[in-house]
Amino acid sequence: MGFFDKLKRAFSGEETKQASEEEQKYEHGLQKSRKTFGDKLNELFANFRSVDEEFFEELEETLIEADVGFETAVKISDELKEEVKLRNAKDKKAVTQAIIEKLVSLYEAEGKVEENDLHFAAEGPTVFLFVGVNGVGKTTTIGKLAHRLKAEGKKVLLAAADTFRAGAIEQLVEWGKRVDVTVVSKPEGSDPAAVVFDAVQKAKTESYDILLVDTAGRLQNKVNLMNELAKIERVITRELPAQPQEVLLALDATTGQNALTQAKQFKEVTKVTGIVLTKLDGTARGGIVLAIRNELHLPVKLVGLGEKMDDLRDFEPEEFVYGLFKGLI
Amino acid sequence: MAFEGLTERLQNAIGKLRRKGKVSETDVKEVMREIRLALLEADVNFQVVKDFVKTVRQRAVGAEVLESLTPAQQIVKIVNDELTKVMGEEAVTLEKAPKIPTIIMMVGLQGAGKTTTLGKLALKLKKEQNARPLLIAGDIYRPAAIDQLKIIGQNIDVPVFSLGTDISPVEIVRQGLIQAKEKKNDYVLIDTAGRLQVDEKLMNELSEIKQLAEPNEILLTVDAMTGQNAVEVAKGFNEQLNVTGVVLTKLDGDTRGGAALSIRAVTGKPIKFIGQGEKMTDLDVFYPDRMSSRILGMGDMLTLIEKAQQDFDQKKATEMQEKMRENTFDFNDFIDQMAQVQKMGPMEDIIKMIPGMANNPALKNLKVDPKDIEHLKAIVFSMTEKEREDPDLLNPSRRRRIAAGSGRPVQDVNRMIKQFNQMKKMMGKVSKGNFSGMEGMLGNGISGKLAKMSMNSMMRKNKKRKLKRLRKKRKHK
Repeated sequence: MGFFDKLKRAFSGEETKQASEEEQKYEHGLQKSRKTFGDKLNELFANFRSVDEEFFEELEETLIEADVGFETAVKISDELKEEVKLRNAKDKKAVTQAIIEKLVSLYEAEGKVEENDLHFAAEGPTVFLFVGVNGVGKTTTIGKLAHRLKAEGKKVLLAAADTFRAGAIEQLVEWGKRVDVTVVSKPEGSDPAAVVFDAVQKAKTESYDILLVDTAGRLQNKVNLMNELAKIERVITRELPAQPQEVLLALDATTGQNALTQAKQFKEVTKVTGIVLTKLDGTARGGIVLAIRNELHLPVKLVGLGEKMDDLRDFEPEEFVYGLFKGLI
Repeated sequence: MAFEGLTERLQNAIGKLRRKGKVSETDVKEVMREIRLALLEADVNFQVVKDFVKTVRQRAVGAEVLESLTPAQQIVKIVNDELTKVMGEEAVTLEKAPKIPTIIMMVGLQGAGKTTTLGKLALKLKKEQNARPLLIAGDIYRPAAIDQLKIIGQNIDVPVFSLGTDISPVEIVRQGLIQAKEKKNDYVLIDTAGRLQVDEKLMNELSEIKQLAEPNEILLTVDAMTGQNAVEVAKGFNEQLNVTGVVLTKLDGDTRGGAALSIRAVTGKPIKFIGQGEKMTDLDVFYPDRMSSRILGMGDMLTLIEKAQQDFDQKKATEMQEKMRENTFDFNDFIDQMAQVQKMGPMEDIIKMIPGMANNPALKNLKVDPKDIEHLKAIVFSMTEKEREDPDLLNPSRRRRIAAGSGRPVQDVNRMIKQFNQMKKMMGKVSKGNFSGMEGMLGNGISGKLAKMSMNSMMRKNKKRKLKRLRKKRKHK
């Protein structure tokens, strides 16, 4: 059964879903996203008169406005031109159907080999390295994740390797206090790789389950800073050959096309394994998730849906798209 | 550097027009489509793009373009005019209160860079106006936000007022203002917590602070990498707080920065400052006209010159001029110039500010390692005094010695000597006002022409300024 059909059945009530607490949280956090994404498309369809150049131009704009990404928007609208011709779709319903189907099938096709779960080492400490540009929410995400892992009964260690930004170490130490986990830190301005080395040693000798490494925010076009990141990763791998298990790139959901370059450049220096999409509650456009899948080919693993400690969630790709297209099919 | 992609696309689109002697309406339409896509790709808000393209199209199809002999240039001019219009015509400075203190409040989303910008702004005021600012730590929510401000305050030697995290921000601001009055601080800068524009509770808190402090400036800090969302953020904050200006941060990334265009267009509020780096000195005044020149690949010569003027030691500059005139450019000057240039910021940024360089394909992936310049220096420092003054002395044996002394391969030494000779030649030409050799360097086609145009205008402006200075001098005598 295709994903699209599944969705359709879910909406038409053939598959009744019991809304769990998890889902409600999602629904709540994404309410704004969905409303606007759905509204935008609905608006477009409502103004629909005939299929012509102007319509496709508008479609392009609507998609870009919903943050599905420039490439994806152009690609979809181009493919649709063909599709509409082939099907000879003229009335509103058929065109609507074609568009949604296109979006969903693209989302599904691109996500086939994607794994959205976090990976943990079979034995020994697991290391997660957090990277990203300035101000996307790396430290906050680590705090939230530490809270969650701790609640799951794991022994968690944090490494304050952002030795550059004023107050960054204090920020992580404060999180450590709040969620009651140990933080390895050195004074501001020390070599971040040294902090990481100490942390890895500590994790090994005192048999911690998980080490979360915070790094300084860096813009992807700063060569030296990016090299520093590669060094941190090297230090980890040297001490624990199978680690870091995950290199998580934190992306601000409100970032525009630049998110794409960020992912590309970070991928070049470290082996980014997944994305943490932060501040998703702050954007009215869930389209960014489609863009990430189609253009970045990196799985979204965690999403930040609010400011509270338990507002960090695993990403559920199906839940997400279910929410996004609700009311459109 | 911001806006590269946009520059490239616009030039491609217009380049197509250039090959035609006459421009038809369909041609214009095609160019408009490219412009539209370029702007959308650069994260400019779609509504702004729509209006923008409409205006440009109307003006472009008008008789003035179609019948002119140089339609491409006409269109460039129109696009440039309109871009500048959208971004505001002139640089807008900070408001100042008639009676001290001038109160400035920073607002914005989480992670936009409020606290860092606050520190930069305080340092700027201190440096340029000898101000005695007071920073108020009003972010009680994010862990260690107060510590961050305190550390920044320490680094730039500016007092920070804080009352910990248990007292409401409104109260903190109230007491902070009292202290500022007592100590006669002339500027008060209020840091606030990042918040979503839809978070009613926190937005009300800002309104309360605003009512209490009656700030002269409410600066909305926006990440330059923000996408379509930028408009909503700006609208949200503006409607509730009536902000007075915008600070665009993280422009030193490779974002195309379409947010700059959208925010101004939608809110009508000027962009006052741009953050361009991690150092505390990396805050610049925003010049809309220069930015639109940059979009069009005309480079940002003015910013470059201004930077040079700030950083160049006046005395050294005169010496250099003398040398240029005499055409005795030696290794001492070479190194000196390198050091001066280095002070201006990362090399790749500076190069791209030179007209025509922004979208030179050869420079697309240019990354200059700051260490390269250190290496060059090491090579020169391994020369004897005589060698530095007379480069002709450098025979292979001496070169080998220099290579060993500086720890660089001999190839590097050779390359450096070659670069030096090129520079020397160029210096000779520029000082005589001859640019013919540089044409190839500045790319070709429209970009070359535009580059030359702006290069000429820069030279003219330089001359004007010089005349002014001279006149001033005479008057003083």
